Amino acid sequence: MEQLKLKDLYDGFRNPQTIKALKRLLDKEAKKLNTKINIMEVCGGHTHTIMKYGINQLLPENIEFIHGPGCPVCVMPKERIDHAYLLSLQENVILVTLGDMIKVPGSRGSLQDARSKGADVRFVYSPLDTIKIANENKDKKIIFFAIGFETTTPMTAALLEHVIKNKIDNIYFHINHITVPEPMRVLLDNQDCKIDAFIGPSHVSVITGSKIYEEFVTEYNKPVVVAGFEPVDVMQSILSLVKQFNENKCELEIEYSRAVSYDGNLAAQKLNDKYFIKAEHFRWRGLGDIPNSALKLKDEYAFLDAELIYKDILPNEEIDDHKLCICGDIMRGVAKPNDCKVFGKACKPSSPLGSCMVSSEGACSAYYKYGNLL
Amino acid sequence: MCLSIPSKITKIDKENNIATVDTMGVERQASLELVDQAVEVGDYVLIHIGFAMNKINEEDALASLEVYKEIIEKMEEDERRQAILEDEACPNKA
Repeated sequence: MEQLKLKDLYDGFRNPQTIKALKRLLDKEAKKLNTKINIMEVCGGHTHTIMKYGINQLLPENIEFIHGPGCPVCVMPKERIDHAYLLSLQENVILVTLGDMIKVPGSRGSLQDARSKGADVRFVYSPLDTIKIANENKDKKIIFFAIGFETTTPMTAALLEHVIKNKIDNIYFHINHITVPEPMRVLLDNQDCKIDAFIGPSHVSVITGSKIYEEFVTEYNKPVVVAGFEPVDVMQSILSLVKQFNENKCELEIEYSRAVSYDGNLAAQKLNDKYFIKAEHFRWRGLGDIPNSALKLKDEYAFLDAELIYKDILPNEEIDDHKLCICGDIMRGVAKPNDCKVFGKACKPSSPLGSCMVSSEGACSAYYKYGNLL
Repeated sequence: MCLSIPSKITKIDKENNIATVDTMGVERQASLELVDQAVEVGDYVLIHIGFAMNKINEEDALASLEVYKEIIEKMEEDERRQAILEDEACPNKA
């Protein structure tokens, strides 16, 4: 077999001719539909692919996207960002997190603002880089502010494993890992729900496997196709969903089979189970409190839990977004970014008011960027 | 935060379980701790925040590409001509 080159992969998955061919097939298939269908792309990465490559403009009139809550930075409530902000300002603390968190404002400011007040906030490419920071700063407490869905949870677990095995005594954790199925359930249980089908997240599914979406097919009767991030992946997945509707099927499919299996990455899942259990509650920015939708450290690792160690300085009040912000409605699929009164005016990527504008993967941010408003 | 590009393993440091990978010409290192399959030099992996998440099935990737090629080949003659004309008109075509 001829050696596969990266360039070949991208030529294939971004080839305009292939996309156009898929559009024609999709148009033909969509003509057979006897109803309009709303497809939710759960993941913010897909929202960006859709906007960047103009896939929304290629769709037949009877197919529409609903942009889901799958951006971990977007759905982080202000009170959790306040925790990071306050921890970073503690004496002898270095707060470490992933790059996307820098600009996101809590109620007191962003981590960037904390930095300008003298806080030592560092952004790492990989959670394992935290170990180097800890070794170089033995007199400081290093707090890893862990964020992300199922995709990034095992990386935090791997850091925990290193800390414990190597007896590193100056790394602590503030855990904000959230899970995908629970908010999907909340959206479907809402009586205003307009979702007919799902495009399943790419990287979450690499770790969890497609099995976590089984309930949406069997219990909620909503077809799910797990898609890759390339435009051809997304087009192919929409085509698969429309075909399912035309053939009266409701199935769980994996389009992204080059990376996703039904069972997922079992080693990563095992590592997660070693360190984390479900947290009873997590308040999602824009969506409110969703029980069992996040993880926390197991009791036996409480000595590493910065949220417990610093509980006296970390407030618990709930802080909502600006009243005019309609991000909750956007994530529930009942509104689009353009429907928001403050979109592109008072709310911009440089001064976001709501969750969907704060990260580059949010629906409002994608509309702003690719709607040529920048 | 989610975007990821397939990377090819060029070197493996077995002692530390770290791979050197090539991502479209950019060389970097990634931990192999989370990969639940055996990997070797020449394999493609998906990297996310410093970790290889899994091996990418090369045959699957090739097969997907074949499917798309087939779609184009099976298009009706007028559709194919139209697609090619539209593609010719693409301002970004080098």
